[in-house]
Amino acid sequence: MRGPTILKATDDKTRQLNDHTLLAFSGEPGDTVQFAEYIQANSQLYSMRNESELSPSALAHFVRGELASSLRSRNPYSVNLLLGGVDPITNKPSLYWLDYLASLAKVPYAAHGYAQYYCLSLLDKHHNPNISLEEGLRLLKLCSDELKRRLPIDFKGLAVKAVTKDGIKAMPFDEDDKVVRDT
Amino acid sequence: MSRRYDSRTTIFSPDGRLYQVEYALEAISHAGTAIGILAKDGIVLAAERKVTSKLLEQDTSAEKLYILNDNMICAVAGMTADANILINYARQAAQRYLLTYNEDIPCEQLVRRLCDLKQGYTQHGGLRPFGVSFIYAGWDPQRQFQLYLSNPSGNYGGWKATSSGANHASAQSLLKQDYKEDCTLDEACAMAVKVLSKTMDSTKLSSDKIEFATVGQTKDGKIYHKLWTADEITALLKKHDLAKEDTSEEK
Repeated sequence: MRGPTILKATDDKTRQLNDHTLLAFSGEPGDTVQFAEYIQANSQLYSMRNESELSPSALAHFVRGELASSLRSRNPYSVNLLLGGVDPITNKPSLYWLDYLASLAKVPYAAHGYAQYYCLSLLDKHHNPNISLEEGLRLLKLCSDELKRRLPIDFKGLAVKAVTKDGIKAMPFDEDDKVVRDT
Repeated sequence: MSRRYDSRTTIFSPDGRLYQVEYALEAISHAGTAIGILAKDGIVLAAERKVTSKLLEQDTSAEKLYILNDNMICAVAGMTADANILINYARQAAQRYLLTYNEDIPCEQLVRRLCDLKQGYTQHGGLRPFGVSFIYAGWDPQRQFQLYLSNPSGNYGGWKATSSGANHASAQSLLKQDYKEDCTLDEACAMAVKVLSKTMDSTKLSSDKIEFATVGQTKDGKIYHKLWTADEITALLKKHDLAKEDTSEEK
């Protein structure tokens, strides 16, 4: 359903930077896509030139630098980002949180936008350092259920992608179930 | 006639050669020898320092071995003045990468950056090419310890053991003879002094004639590089019985 407040419910707000790194974004719709694709292009250029991938940490710092110089320009990008990746050498996963003021933090879990006020408490309670992908997806289900119950604006569901050492794949999640079921 | 092709670096001679580049290579083969040996737990670089006069201050500063960044060093064969320009460029490139990505630049990338600059002088400008060969020793997480050699044409290659400068052909064949796969850093150091003693004019070496540097890994996995002091070099030479008998008296 389209209307004055919703144009598209299935917009993909992620871009794949290389085989093992994914960038998710929120903010001004024009800025976000422009900036994310600029980062994506630079990451792919690096991979082509050097026959190796930038690590998630290197990419996060690169993005931060680009955001910081954008912030001090005449028309800064208004983009908040999450960057998740698996280091191609050490095979260690990591998550980075960035906002439009070019703050960078390496975090175990993160959220941007209005949803963070409902999700962060759940993530804080249920996350542990050794959490598996499956447990992570179950925790995400808790977050999704909470948003369905409490988010004042219409909640259109989540697009879920998993970054593993074998690559990035879209995960089936909460197939258009609009109400929270008892389990 | 030949002046028509000599005077410009960027013009091929009728038989398809770039004379200025070949002259630069020739200049390097008169410079002091530099060798590099890759071991399983590190890399050793050694260089011959040409002593021009006993009146010249033979002080502490290394003139043939330079630190490029936290995990890379290089040895110079050729014109030191040209090398200074390139080393400055390399250090800036390495720091710029560190600033952008918060990671040290991969070794081959830094080598390639320098070689791209060197190549430029064989193609545009009508200026003379850099008269320098470098031997680079470094470490990065992807390819561990690495040894590279680059020359004025802008070509580079990775090596297990290599040499440059005067007598590099005989040094190279000695290295080929003696090189053992999976040798330790200590064995590599021994091989380096042995090769140098054979390629240099005098068989007995002293710390003011050679420079030594190593890249290695500490027990807790940290990468270090070390430019050896005169005392450390003398100790190494004594150990391998290559030191000059009386070090206090210069000839």
